[in-house]
Amino acid sequence: MDKKISMPLSEEAALSLRAGDYVYITGTIYTARDAAHKRMDETLARGEELPFDIKGSCIYYMGPSPAREGRPIGSAGPTTASRMDKYAPKLLDLGLRAMIGKGKRSQAVRDAIVRNKAVYFAAVGGAGAILSQRIKKSEVIAYDDLGTEAIRKLYVEDFPVIVVSDTEGNSLY
Amino acid sequence: MREFDVSLITSNIKEMCIQANHFLSDDMKEVFVKAVDSEESDLGKKVLNQLSENLEIAGSEMIPICQDTGMAVVFIKVGQEVHFTGGNLEDAINEGVRQGYVEGYLRKSVVDDPIIRNNTKDNTPAIVHYSIVEGDKVEITVAPKGFGSENMSRVFMLKPADGIEGVKEAILTAVKDAGPNACPPMVVGVGIGGDFEKSAIMAKQALTRHLEDKPQIDWVRDLEDEMLEKINSLGIGPGGLGGKNTALAVNVNTYPTHIAGLPVAINICCHVNRHVTRSL
Repeated sequence: MDKKISMPLSEEAALSLRAGDYVYITGTIYTARDAAHKRMDETLARGEELPFDIKGSCIYYMGPSPAREGRPIGSAGPTTASRMDKYAPKLLDLGLRAMIGKGKRSQAVRDAIVRNKAVYFAAVGGAGAILSQRIKKSEVIAYDDLGTEAIRKLYVEDFPVIVVSDTEGNSLY
Repeated sequence: MREFDVSLITSNIKEMCIQANHFLSDDMKEVFVKAVDSEESDLGKKVLNQLSENLEIAGSEMIPICQDTGMAVVFIKVGQEVHFTGGNLEDAINEGVRQGYVEGYLRKSVVDDPIIRNNTKDNTPAIVHYSIVEGDKVEITVAPKGFGSENMSRVFMLKPADGIEGVKEAILTAVKDAGPNACPPMVVGVGIGGDFEKSAIMAKQALTRHLEDKPQIDWVRDLEDEMLEKINSLGIGPGGLGGKNTALAVNVNTYPTHIAGLPVAINICCHVNRHVTRSL
Protein backbone atom coordinates (compact mmCIF):
# COMPACT_ATOMS: atom_id res chain seq x y z
CA MET A 1 0.00 0.00 0.00
CA ASP A 2 1.33 3.47 -0.92
CA LYS A 3 1.59 5.97 1.95
CA LYS A 4 3.01 9.42 2.55
CA ILE A 5 4.75 10.29 5.83
CA SER A 6 6.71 13.21 7.22
CA MET A 7 9.96 13.28 9.17
CA PRO A 8 10.67 13.48 12.05
CA LEU A 9 8.37 10.49 12.49
CA SER A 10 5.87 10.40 15.37
CA GLU A 11 5.33 7.18 17.30
CA GLU A 12 1.75 7.16 16.04
CA ALA A 13 2.87 7.38 12.42
CA ALA A 14 5.46 4.64 12.97
CA LEU A 15 2.77 2.37 14.39
CA SER A 16 0.66 2.81 11.26
CA LEU A 17 3.34 1.41 8.94
CA ARG A 18 3.47 -2.25 7.91
CA ALA A 19 6.22 -4.33 6.29
CA GLY A 20 5.68 -4.16 2.54
CA ASP A 21 4.21 -0.62 2.49
CA TYR A 22 5.61 1.62 -0.24
CA VAL A 23 6.20 4.97 1.45
CA TYR A 24 7.07 8.49 0.29
CA ILE A 25 9.01 10.48 2.89
CA THR A 26 9.05 14.27 3.17
CA GLY A 27 11.08 16.10 5.79
CA THR A 28 14.46 16.21 7.51
CA ILE A 29 16.67 13.11 7.78
CA TYR A 30 20.35 12.60 8.62
CA THR A 31 23.03 10.58 6.83
CA ALA A 32 25.55 8.42 8.64
CA ARG A 33 27.45 5.32 7.58
CA ASP A 34 30.35 3.24 8.91
CA ALA A 35 32.86 5.87 10.02
CA ALA A 36 30.23 8.31 11.39
CA HIS A 37 28.63 5.54 13.44
CA LYS A 38 32.00 4.64 14.91
CA ARG A 39 32.52 8.29 15.91
CA MET A 40 29.01 8.64 17.36
CA ASP A 41 29.64 5.50 19.40
CA GLU A 42 32.92 6.94 20.71
CA THR A 43 31.12 10.23 21.48
CA LEU A 44 28.51 8.40 23.57
CA ALA A 45 31.21 6.38 25.32
CA ARG A 46 32.81 9.67 26.44
CA GLY A 47 29.43 10.82 27.75
CA GLU A 48 29.15 13.61 25.17
CA GLU A 49 26.20 14.79 23.05
CA LEU A 50 25.53 13.43 19.58
CA PRO A 51 25.81 15.98 16.73
CA PHE A 52 22.03 16.01 16.17
CA ASP A 53 18.90 15.34 18.24
CA ILE A 54 18.43 11.60 17.94
CA LYS A 55 14.89 11.54 19.42
CA GLY A 56 12.35 10.79 16.69
CA SER A 57 15.01 11.12 14.00
CA CYS A 58 15.74 9.07 10.89
CA ILE A 59 19.22 8.00 9.80
CA TYR A 60 19.85 7.30 6.13
CA TYR A 61 22.80 4.94 5.58
CA MET A 62 24.30 6.78 2.64
CA GLY A 63 27.50 8.41 1.42
CA PRO A 64 26.84 10.54 -1.67
CA SER A 65 28.97 11.21 -4.72
CA PRO A 66 30.01 14.90 -5.03
CA ALA A 67 27.38 17.44 -6.14
CA ARG A 68 27.76 19.15 -9.50
CA GLU A 69 27.45 22.97 -9.46
CA GLY A 70 23.95 24.17 -8.63
CA ARG A 71 22.78 20.87 -7.20
CA PRO A 72 22.40 19.96 -3.51
CA ILE A 73 23.96 16.51 -3.77
CA GLY A 74 25.30 13.85 -6.15
CA SER A 75 24.17 10.27 -6.53
CA ALA A 76 22.58 9.25 -3.22
CA GLY A 77 21.36 5.65 -2.89
CA PRO A 78 21.40 3.43 0.21
CA THR A 79 24.35 1.39 1.47
CA THR A 80 24.17 -2.03 3.18
CA ALA A 81 22.56 -1.56 6.59
CA SER A 82 24.02 -4.63 8.33
CA ARG A 83 27.40 -2.92 8.68
CA MET A 84 25.74 -0.53 11.13
CA ASP A 85 24.09 -3.36 13.14
CA LYS A 86 26.77 -3.14 15.80
CA TYR A 87 25.75 0.46 16.61
CA ALA A 88 22.02 0.60 15.79
CA PRO A 89 20.46 -0.94 18.96
CA LYS A 90 22.08 1.69 21.20
CA LEU A 91 20.87 4.52 18.94
CA LEU A 92 17.37 3.04 18.81
CA ASP A 93 17.30 2.87 22.61
CA LEU A 94 18.24 6.57 22.65
CA GLY A 95 15.20 7.42 20.52
CA LEU A 96 16.19 6.88 16.87
CA ARG A 97 12.84 6.26 15.18
CA ALA A 98 13.75 5.20 11.64
CA MET A 99 16.57 3.92 9.49
CA ILE A 100 16.87 3.79 5.70
CA GLY A 101 19.31 1.36 4.08
CA LYS A 102 19.30 -1.87 2.17
CA GLY A 103 19.60 -5.53 3.13
CA LYS A 104 18.98 -7.69 6.17
CA ARG A 105 19.42 -6.66 9.84
CA SER A 106 20.62 -8.69 12.82
CA GLN A 107 18.25 -10.15 15.41
CA ALA A 108 19.54 -7.60 17.94
CA VAL A 109 18.52 -4.74 15.64
CA ARG A 110 15.13 -6.31 14.89
CA ASP A 111 14.50 -6.70 18.63
CA ALA A 112 15.49 -3.06 19.26
CA ILE A 113 13.12 -1.96 16.47
CA VAL A 114 10.16 -3.66 18.17
CA ARG A 115 11.23 -2.54 21.68
CA ASN A 116 11.38 1.10 20.61
CA LYS A 117 8.50 1.13 18.10
CA ALA A 118 10.86 2.06 15.28
CA VAL A 119 10.91 1.30 11.55
CA TYR A 120 13.54 0.07 9.11
CA PHE A 121 13.03 1.14 5.51
CA ALA A 122 14.82 -0.02 2.38
CA ALA A 123 15.49 2.37 -0.46
CA VAL A 124 16.24 0.78 -3.82
CA GLY A 125 19.93 -0.10 -4.02
CA GLY A 126 21.43 1.24 -7.23
CA ALA A 127 18.86 4.01 -7.69
CA GLY A 128 21.25 6.79 -6.63
CA ALA A 129 20.41 9.20 -9.46
CA ILE A 130 16.64 9.20 -8.99
CA LEU A 131 17.01 9.40 -5.18
CA SER A 132 19.40 12.33 -5.63
CA GLN A 133 16.60 14.30 -7.27
CA ARG A 134 14.31 13.79 -4.26
CA ILE A 135 16.88 15.43 -1.97
CA LYS A 136 16.24 19.17 -2.02
CA LYS A 137 18.79 20.38 0.55
CA SER A 138 22.00 18.95 1.97
CA GLU A 139 24.30 20.36 4.61
CA VAL A 140 27.27 18.76 6.39
CA ILE A 141 26.65 19.15 10.13
CA ALA A 142 29.45 17.01 11.60
CA TYR A 143 32.65 15.10 10.83
CA ASP A 144 33.43 17.10 7.69
CA ASP A 145 36.87 15.46 7.55
CA LEU A 146 35.21 12.13 6.73
CA GLY A 147 34.32 13.37 3.23
CA THR A 148 31.46 11.30 1.83
CA GLU A 149 31.05 9.71 5.28
CA ALA A 150 30.35 13.02 7.07
CA ILE A 151 26.96 13.48 8.76
CA ARG A 152 24.62 15.42 6.49
CA LYS A 153 21.27 16.98 7.31
CA LEU A 154 19.00 16.40 4.31
CA TYR A 155 15.61 17.76 3.36
CA VAL A 156 13.81 15.22 1.17
CA GLU A 157 10.54 15.37 -0.74
CA ASP A 158 8.55 12.26 -1.73
CA PHE A 159 11.60 10.11 -1.11
CA PRO A 160 10.55 6.53 -2.06
CA VAL A 161 11.21 3.70 0.41
CA ILE A 162 9.69 0.35 1.36
CA VAL A 163 8.97 -0.73 4.94
CA VAL A 164 11.12 -3.80 5.66
CA SER A 165 10.79 -4.10 9.46
CA ASP A 166 7.78 -2.63 11.24
CA THR A 167 6.96 -1.90 14.89
CA GLU A 168 5.31 -5.30 15.35
CA GLY A 169 8.35 -7.29 14.26
CA ASN A 170 7.19 -8.20 10.76
CA SER A 171 9.98 -8.38 8.20
CA LEU A 172 9.69 -8.26 4.44
CA TYR A 173 12.85 -10.18 3.48
CA MET B 1 57.93 -2.38 -32.09
CA ARG B 2 55.27 0.29 -31.44
CA GLU B 3 56.10 3.31 -29.34
CA PHE B 4 53.14 4.03 -27.07
CA ASP B 5 52.95 7.20 -24.97
CA VAL B 6 51.40 6.43 -21.58
CA SER B 7 49.49 9.74 -21.61
CA LEU B 8 47.06 7.97 -23.97
CA ILE B 9 46.42 5.41 -21.23
CA THR B 10 45.66 8.20 -18.74
CA SER B 11 43.22 10.07 -20.98
CA ASN B 12 41.34 6.91 -21.93
CA ILE B 13 41.06 5.58 -18.39
CA LYS B 14 39.74 8.95 -17.23
CA GLU B 15 36.96 8.83 -19.85
CA MET B 16 36.21 5.17 -19.20
CA CYS B 17 35.74 5.73 -15.43
CA ILE B 18 33.20 8.47 -16.16
CA GLN B 19 31.44 6.51 -18.91
CA ALA B 20 31.10 3.31 -16.87
CA ASN B 21 29.56 5.19 -13.95
CA HIS B 22 26.86 6.95 -16.00
CA PHE B 23 25.91 4.59 -18.83
CA LEU B 24 24.88 0.95 -18.91
CA SER B 25 26.69 -1.21 -21.50
CA ASP B 26 24.53 -2.33 -24.46
CA ASP B 27 24.54 -6.01 -23.50
CA MET B 28 23.50 -5.21 -19.90
CA LYS B 29 20.76 -2.90 -21.24
CA GLU B 30 19.31 -5.76 -23.27
CA VAL B 31 19.01 -8.19 -20.33
CA PHE B 32 17.78 -5.43 -18.04
CA VAL B 33 14.91 -4.51 -20.38
CA LYS B 34 13.95 -8.19 -20.56
CA ALA B 35 13.77 -8.30 -16.76
CA VAL B 36 11.55 -5.20 -16.63
CA ASP B 37 9.18 -6.78 -19.15
CA SER B 38 9.02 -10.17 -17.48
CA GLU B 39 8.73 -9.32 -13.77
CA GLU B 40 5.43 -10.33 -12.19
CA SER B 41 5.70 -9.30 -8.51
CA ASP B 42 4.27 -5.86 -7.68
CA LEU B 43 7.17 -4.64 -5.55
CA GLY B 44 9.60 -6.25 -8.00
CA LYS B 45 8.06 -4.27 -10.85
CA LYS B 46 8.20 -1.06 -8.82
CA VAL B 47 11.90 -1.62 -8.09
CA LEU B 48 12.73 -2.36 -11.73
CA ASN B 49 10.77 0.66 -12.97
CA GLN B 50 12.63 2.83 -10.48
CA LEU B 51 15.98 1.40 -11.65
CA SER B 52 14.94 1.95 -15.24
CA GLU B 53 14.09 5.61 -14.60
CA ASN B 54 17.31 5.88 -12.60
CA LEU B 55 19.35 4.85 -15.65
CA GLU B 56 17.66 7.51 -17.80
CA ILE B 57 18.30 10.25 -15.23
CA ALA B 58 21.91 9.15 -14.76
CA GLY B 59 22.68 9.54 -18.45
CA SER B 60 20.71 12.71 -19.13
CA GLU B 61 21.62 14.61 -15.93
CA MET B 62 25.11 13.17 -15.53
CA ILE B 63 24.46 11.88 -12.01
CA PRO B 64 26.29 8.57 -11.35
CA ILE B 65 23.95 5.54 -11.61
CA CYS B 66 24.98 4.61 -8.06
CA GLN B 67 26.64 6.71 -5.35
CA ASP B 68 29.13 3.87 -4.82
CA THR B 69 31.17 4.61 -7.91
CA GLY B 70 33.45 1.80 -6.89
CA MET B 71 37.08 0.94 -6.59
CA ALA B 72 38.55 1.07 -10.09
CA VAL B 73 39.48 -2.39 -11.35
CA VAL B 74 41.57 -2.27 -14.52
CA PHE B 75 42.37 -5.23 -16.76
CA ILE B 76 45.10 -4.33 -19.23
CA LYS B 77 46.28 -6.60 -22.05
CA VAL B 78 49.52 -5.37 -23.49
CA GLY B 79 50.75 -6.55 -26.90
CA GLN B 80 54.36 -7.68 -26.60
CA GLU B 81 55.37 -5.42 -29.51
CA VAL B 82 54.41 -2.36 -27.46
CA HIS B 83 57.11 -0.14 -25.94
CA PHE B 84 55.67 2.32 -23.41
CA THR B 85 57.23 5.80 -23.30
CA GLY B 86 56.62 8.99 -21.34
CA GLY B 87 56.53 7.46 -17.87
CA ASN B 88 55.58 4.51 -15.73
CA LEU B 89 52.51 2.54 -16.91
CA GLU B 90 50.98 2.00 -13.48
CA ASP B 91 51.36 5.68 -12.60
CA ALA B 92 49.59 6.54 -15.87
CA ILE B 93 46.71 4.20 -14.99
CA ASN B 94 46.34 5.72 -11.52
CA GLU B 95 46.52 9.24 -12.96
CA GLY B 96 43.60 8.32 -15.26
CA VAL B 97 41.59 7.08 -12.28
CA ARG B 98 42.46 10.23 -10.30
CA GLN B 99 41.35 12.55 -13.13
CA GLY B 100 38.21 10.53 -13.83
CA TYR B 101 37.06 10.48 -10.22
CA VAL B 102 38.00 14.06 -9.35
CA GLU B 103 36.86 15.77 -12.57
CA GLY B 104 33.91 13.43 -13.12
CA TYR B 105 32.25 14.08 -9.73
CA LEU B 106 32.62 10.42 -8.75
CA ARG B 107 32.77 9.32 -5.12
CA LYS B 108 36.17 8.77 -3.55
CA SER B 109 35.76 5.43 -1.82
CA VAL B 110 39.33 4.25 -1.27
CA VAL B 111 41.18 4.29 2.08
CA ASP B 112 44.97 4.13 2.25
CA ASP B 113 45.21 1.32 4.81
CA PRO B 114 42.67 -1.38 5.66
CA ILE B 115 42.94 -0.70 9.41
CA ILE B 116 43.95 2.95 9.75
CA ARG B 117 41.49 3.93 6.97
CA ASN B 118 42.33 7.43 5.77
CA ASN B 119 40.53 8.29 2.54
CA THR B 120 43.03 8.87 -0.31
CA LYS B 121 40.61 11.53 -1.66
CA ASP B 122 41.15 10.67 -5.33
CA ASN B 123 40.02 7.02 -5.42
CA THR B 124 43.53 5.74 -6.12
CA PRO B 125 45.13 3.30 -6.21
CA ALA B 126 43.35 1.19 -8.81
CA ILE B 127 43.48 -2.58 -8.77
CA VAL B 128 45.38 -3.52 -11.92
CA HIS B 129 45.56 -6.92 -13.61
CA TYR B 130 48.18 -7.12 -16.38
CA SER B 131 48.56 -9.67 -19.12
CA ILE B 132 51.01 -9.83 -21.99
CA VAL B 133 49.50 -10.87 -25.32
CA GLU B 134 50.55 -11.05 -28.99
CA GLY B 135 50.59 -7.98 -31.21
CA ASP B 136 51.07 -4.24 -30.83
CA LYS B 137 47.74 -3.17 -29.31
CA VAL B 138 46.74 -2.31 -25.76
CA GLU B 139 43.29 -3.42 -24.61
CA ILE B 140 41.92 -1.84 -21.44
CA THR B 141 38.85 -2.81 -19.46
CA VAL B 142 37.77 -0.51 -16.63
CA ALA B 143 35.30 -2.09 -14.20
CA PRO B 144 34.49 0.16 -11.21
CA LYS B 145 33.36 -2.24 -8.47
CA GLY B 146 30.99 -1.30 -5.66
CA PHE B 147 31.36 -3.06 -2.34
CA GLY B 148 27.73 -3.78 -1.50
CA SER B 149 28.00 -6.71 -3.86
CA GLU B 150 31.77 -7.23 -3.51
CA ASN B 151 31.31 -7.94 0.22
CA MET B 152 28.97 -10.82 -0.66
CA SER B 153 31.52 -12.55 -2.90
CA ARG B 154 33.09 -15.88 -1.92
CA VAL B 155 35.89 -18.34 -2.66
CA PHE B 156 35.23 -22.03 -1.95
CA MET B 157 38.16 -24.49 -2.05
CA LEU B 158 36.12 -27.57 -2.99
CA LYS B 159 37.47 -31.09 -3.34
CA PRO B 160 37.53 -32.93 -6.69
CA ALA B 161 34.91 -35.36 -5.32
CA ASP B 162 32.49 -32.45 -4.83
CA GLY B 163 32.29 -32.21 -8.63
CA ILE B 164 29.75 -30.19 -10.58
CA GLU B 165 27.08 -30.60 -7.89
CA GLY B 166 29.43 -29.01 -5.35
CA VAL B 167 30.02 -26.13 -7.74
CA LYS B 168 26.28 -25.55 -8.17
CA GLU B 169 25.74 -25.60 -4.41
CA ALA B 170 28.57 -23.11 -3.88
CA ILE B 171 27.06 -20.69 -6.40
CA LEU B 172 23.57 -20.95 -4.90
CA THR B 173 24.94 -20.52 -1.37
CA ALA B 174 26.73 -17.32 -2.32
CA VAL B 175 23.67 -15.92 -4.08
CA LYS B 176 21.30 -16.81 -1.22
CA ASP B 177 23.64 -15.25 1.35
CA ALA B 178 23.95 -12.13 -0.81
CA GLY B 179 20.17 -11.76 -1.01
CA PRO B 180 19.05 -8.13 -0.83
CA ASN B 181 22.53 -6.83 0.09
CA ALA B 182 23.97 -7.15 -3.41
CA CYS B 183 21.34 -4.92 -5.08
CA PRO B 184 19.58 -7.61 -7.12
CA PRO B 185 18.89 -8.27 -9.93
CA MET B 186 22.54 -9.23 -9.86
CA VAL B 187 25.14 -10.49 -12.28
CA VAL B 188 27.09 -13.50 -11.06
CA GLY B 189 30.71 -13.99 -12.16
CA VAL B 190 32.15 -17.43 -11.47
CA GLY B 191 35.72 -18.70 -11.75
CA ILE B 192 36.22 -22.46 -11.59
CA GLY B 193 39.66 -24.08 -11.46
CA GLY B 194 43.15 -22.58 -11.32
CA ASP B 195 44.20 -21.96 -7.73
CA PHE B 196 43.00 -19.70 -4.91
CA GLU B 197 43.71 -16.31 -6.54
CA LYS B 198 43.26 -17.42 -10.14
CA SER B 199 39.67 -18.46 -9.42
CA ALA B 200 38.89 -15.05 -7.90
CA ILE B 201 40.44 -13.12 -10.78
CA MET B 202 38.54 -15.29 -13.29
CA ALA B 203 35.29 -14.59 -11.45
CA LYS B 204 35.87 -10.85 -11.82
CA GLN B 205 36.92 -11.23 -15.44
CA ALA B 206 33.78 -13.25 -16.11
CA LEU B 207 31.70 -10.24 -15.03
CA THR B 208 33.29 -8.16 -17.78
CA ARG B 209 32.66 -10.73 -20.51
CA HIS B 210 30.22 -9.57 -23.19
CA LEU B 211 26.95 -11.40 -22.61
CA GLU B 212 26.77 -12.57 -26.21
CA ASP B 213 30.19 -14.27 -25.96
CA LYS B 214 29.24 -17.76 -24.84
CA PRO B 215 31.77 -20.23 -23.39
CA GLN B 216 33.31 -22.74 -25.82
CA ILE B 217 33.03 -25.68 -23.40
CA ASP B 218 29.64 -27.44 -23.47
CA TRP B 219 29.32 -28.12 -19.73
CA VAL B 220 30.23 -24.50 -18.90
CA ARG B 221 27.56 -23.17 -21.25
CA ASP B 222 25.01 -25.55 -19.75
CA LEU B 223 26.05 -24.57 -16.23
CA GLU B 224 25.49 -20.88 -16.99
CA ASP B 225 21.97 -21.57 -18.28
CA GLU B 226 21.06 -23.93 -15.46
CA MET B 227 22.35 -21.63 -12.72
CA LEU B 228 20.54 -18.59 -14.12
CA GLU B 229 17.30 -20.56 -14.05
CA LYS B 230 17.92 -21.93 -10.55
CA ILE B 231 18.89 -18.52 -9.15
CA ASN B 232 15.78 -16.95 -10.64
CA SER B 233 13.61 -19.55 -8.99
CA LEU B 234 14.94 -18.58 -5.51
CA GLY B 235 12.39 -15.77 -5.32
CA ILE B 236 14.83 -13.13 -3.98
CA GLY B 237 13.73 -10.76 -6.75
CA PRO B 238 14.52 -7.11 -7.56
CA GLY B 239 15.76 -5.27 -4.48
CA GLY B 240 15.42 -8.55 -2.58
CA LEU B 241 11.70 -7.83 -2.25
CA GLY B 242 10.49 -10.91 -4.09
CA GLY B 243 10.07 -11.76 -7.75
CA LYS B 244 11.46 -13.85 -10.55
CA ASN B 245 14.36 -11.62 -11.57
CA THR B 246 17.14 -12.28 -9.06
CA ALA B 247 19.98 -12.50 -11.61
CA LEU B 248 20.34 -11.03 -15.08
CA ALA B 249 23.26 -13.25 -16.09
CA VAL B 250 25.65 -15.92 -14.86
CA ASN B 251 29.08 -15.84 -16.52
CA VAL B 252 31.48 -18.70 -15.84
CA ASN B 253 35.20 -18.81 -16.71
CA THR B 254 37.35 -21.91 -16.19
CA TYR B 255 41.04 -22.86 -16.09
CA PRO B 256 43.06 -26.07 -15.56
CA THR B 257 43.62 -26.94 -11.91
CA HIS B 258 45.58 -29.25 -9.57
CA ILE B 259 44.77 -32.97 -9.14
CA ALA B 260 43.81 -32.29 -5.51
CA GLY B 261 41.63 -29.21 -5.96
CA LEU B 262 38.44 -27.63 -7.27
CA PRO B 263 38.53 -23.90 -6.45
CA VAL B 264 35.28 -22.00 -7.09
CA ALA B 265 35.06 -18.22 -6.77
CA ILE B 266 31.81 -16.29 -6.99
CA ASN B 267 32.05 -12.55 -7.60
CA ILE B 268 28.69 -10.90 -7.27
CA CYS B 269 27.79 -7.66 -9.00
CA CYS B 270 24.72 -5.44 -9.02
CA HIS B 271 22.42 -4.93 -12.02
CA VAL B 272 24.66 -2.22 -13.46
CA ASN B 273 27.74 -4.44 -13.79
CA ARG B 274 29.84 -1.46 -14.87
CA HIS B 275 32.56 -2.15 -17.40
CA VAL B 276 33.96 -0.44 -20.48
CA THR B 277 36.54 -1.92 -22.86
CA ARG B 278 38.69 -0.06 -25.39
CA SER B 279 41.38 -1.26 -27.74
CA LEU B 280 44.15 1.26 -28.43
